[in-house]
Amino acid sequence: MNGRRIVRRAALTGPAIAALMLTGGPMAAGVPAAAAEPERQGLFNAQTFTLKNGLRGVVIVNRRAPVALHMVWYRAGAIDEPAGKSGIAHFVEHLLFKGTKTLKSGEFSRIVAANGGRENAFTSWDYTGYYQFVARDRLPRMMEIEADRMANLVLTEDNIVQERRVILEERRSRIEASPSTILWEQARRALFLNHGYGRPIIGWMHEMAQLSRQDALDFYRRFYGPDNAVLVVAGDVDPAEVRRLAEKYYGPVPRLKAPPHRRLLEPPQRAERRVIYRDRRVRRPSFSRMYHAPGYNSSGAEHAYALQVLARLLGSSSTSLLYQSLVVRRKLATAAGSGYGASRRGPSSFYLFASPRPGVGIDRLEEAVDDELATILKKGVPKEEVEAAKRQLQDMAIFARDSLRTGANAIATSLTIGRTVQDVEEWPARIGAVTVDQVNAAARHVLQRRKSVTALLLSEKPAEADKAGEQRQ
Amino acid sequence: MSARRRIAGLAVASVLGALALFAVSAASAAVEVRKVVSRSGIVAWLVEDHSNPILSMSFGFRAGGSFDPAGKEGLAELTSILLDEGAGPMDALAFQKKLESLSIRLEFEVGRDQFHGSLRTLSRNRDAAFEMIGLALTRPRFDADAVERMRAGLLSGYLRDSRRPRYLARRAFWSSAFPDHPYGRPVSGTTKSLGAITRADLQRFVADNLTRDNLFVGVVGDVTPAQLEVLLDKAFGGLPAKRRARPVPAAAPKLEGGLVVKRFDTPQSVAMFGQPGLPRRHPDYYAAYVLNHILGGGGFTSRLYLQIREKRGLAYSVYSYLWPMRRTSLLLGAVATENARVAESVAIVRKEWTRIAEAGPTAEELAAARKYLTGSYPLRFSSSSRIADMLVGLQFEGLERDYFARRNGYIEKVTLADVRRVAKSLLKPDRLTFFIVGKPAGL
Repeated sequence: MNGRRIVRRAALTGPAIAALMLTGGPMAAGVPAAAAEPERQGLFNAQTFTLKNGLRGVVIVNRRAPVALHMVWYRAGAIDEPAGKSGIAHFVEHLLFKGTKTLKSGEFSRIVAANGGRENAFTSWDYTGYYQFVARDRLPRMMEIEADRMANLVLTEDNIVQERRVILEERRSRIEASPSTILWEQARRALFLNHGYGRPIIGWMHEMAQLSRQDALDFYRRFYGPDNAVLVVAGDVDPAEVRRLAEKYYGPVPRLKAPPHRRLLEPPQRAERRVIYRDRRVRRPSFSRMYHAPGYNSSGAEHAYALQVLARLLGSSSTSLLYQSLVVRRKLATAAGSGYGASRRGPSSFYLFASPRPGVGIDRLEEAVDDELATILKKGVPKEEVEAAKRQLQDMAIFARDSLRTGANAIATSLTIGRTVQDVEEWPARIGAVTVDQVNAAARHVLQRRKSVTALLLSEKPAEADKAGEQRQ
Repeated sequence: MSARRRIAGLAVASVLGALALFAVSAASAAVEVRKVVSRSGIVAWLVEDHSNPILSMSFGFRAGGSFDPAGKEGLAELTSILLDEGAGPMDALAFQKKLESLSIRLEFEVGRDQFHGSLRTLSRNRDAAFEMIGLALTRPRFDADAVERMRAGLLSGYLRDSRRPRYLARRAFWSSAFPDHPYGRPVSGTTKSLGAITRADLQRFVADNLTRDNLFVGVVGDVTPAQLEVLLDKAFGGLPAKRRARPVPAAAPKLEGGLVVKRFDTPQSVAMFGQPGLPRRHPDYYAAYVLNHILGGGGFTSRLYLQIREKRGLAYSVYSYLWPMRRTSLLLGAVATENARVAESVAIVRKEWTRIAEAGPTAEELAAARKYLTGSYPLRFSSSSRIADMLVGLQFEGLERDYFARRNGYIEKVTLADVRRVAKSLLKPDRLTFFIVGKPAGL
């Protein structure tokens, strides 16, 4: 769904890339690694090291082309923001493209471009990441400038005024232009009673408008350092050489004074919530529901693998249970599905969505969704569906090896949220070990309305809205 | 909608894109493209890669939304999402279940000029995958309930899109630039046109357009030429030989300058702008490509990016790109700025257009553009499916089979004199036309 990650800039090179970067579908970060083939030990066979200053390094060798993907991820995201400073993590991400003690504002990107590199950055609730994609012989230069901005950022008031306008425009593009995203933002705020996961990554408009140079520097100094970062290099590289380069360029960067760690817990979820948003731009209503759900690192984590199987069989495609029931057999909806991601530092959510066919009331659709869930909870999920879902997930892991970025992202996510490379390498086996009973137990654990927010997107005045839209054609 | 945009991306990013060399990059040189011809005469361009047990195939027909009959807009799109909703002996559920149970990803999508398919399969399910494609292309069922279900989905999508500023800006652009041409019509249809499409229309579209003489295939992955020859016939051997659809006529875009505003209640105005471009095979194409990179291309270094975003914070994203289509050529761009300040963004785009048209870029800008465009070229070869898409793009545009190895040379050859000459001849500030959706102050 929208907003899991936001990037510095919508790619210019084409919509396909923008889509890739923005899709934080449930699997994007959580689907890691791959299926173990007999002749290979792990999915990606990643190698790791740790420097004296605490920087952890990962190398994934992939010799398809003489290129290297160089990434640094910080364990710092929207959930780490101080109260009243929503959006600061993402703002800092933008500001890292300004100057340092030795580089002028904008020079970083000129250097990357002059080396034929592509670059960008992204911010999530749990982390912020930066990458350059270059010919492999350009790796040292990229490390040099990335290490530089890890410690030596310089910001001027002009930088702040200008870039703050950019993020406000970004918010207008991403959120204000889209009624469903506005609702999604409201619903997340309702889902998390206490946790920063309820905060929009891009920030609330009124707080973004007040973010200052000092706010940015405070956040930067608190979170940007080698002992709060993960370095990932993937591509046609030699692991020993990468380590040597990392020591040379990142080794001298000083540790943070006090490595930040905080863990926020959610109180018990006791009351079902409903969020209803009416917008003149809406011409077709839609239904969605988010359930509070465990991630790999929160209480209930034993359900995390089973929930991935559940999301797959319940609503990942046109053969899934929800689609077959609501769209195909009962003809109440034009779309229906579900999603879930486990890769979080804290709690996660499991969501469902459905769009009614014309003439079908949103209440009737919601009732049908609840009927379907009740049946599943009562009778249990079909064994053959569980087996099919597991196999599909495992096969996705093999496909993941084809792309440089998928493995690198999966491993970086894992390390950033406090898990291990092994967790990624063993993901296919752990999915394979999920049983029907575990899927049913996970469903019972999560699919409880008292732990949910139901979000309805409605048009303000349906009849008039339709008329106005037609005239525009 | 996303499908359409992706094809646009394909045309722009991968074909053109198939432009760049670092020291005549090892990457592209290492990619050997072989031509494989099946017994029935199907041609495919193949890059063998046995490092993973995976195969990616991309295939395209010259047939897209611009082939929709008037009043049936959305026909190509509806066809594309129905081909895998039941074929041969399998209904929609059986067909989809089979794909999923074998982890075969088969997708169809449509642009104005292209009807595109993509396949990704594990080696162990290769035969079944190609048979499934054959069924989808030659024996689609178009069962009534599948047709109605997918039609309802497109209608919903249309209703949603019709309230999105970006969609409205694009519609305004296409309908104004091509008032009497299929390019001017909405590829994904309208409530009315989608409602008018019959099963016979779908069948006719397939029979008239999805033919062997009209097909381009790119394959990357774990397969040998001999194996591929057999597979190609499974997938495409049963297609009709000759296309019956009438070709779309050439068209010059009607972009005469000025500014069109569609009032729409939203805090940020979306501006799309464009002027005529130049064809992909035009001798000045590479100079124009380099020129556009300097003006509004990728990375964080273009003039539009620096002036609008980096200097003034007027937008999150601003860009321009060449789009050489089959029957016309465009140079397009877009920017989105809050209503109160969008007039400033428009003024800067115009100013930069004029400035570079008159004086051209500097020698430093040309050198930087060359370095970026050639150095980043190998990065495009980062996954099987991307390379397969590029192989189809090359064939669509009639480019050489060893283009990957030559491409950076074309960029290197562009001189400052070339770019300055093309800046003068191509860029027409007085024909640059803006289409704005929002409540722009002062416009």
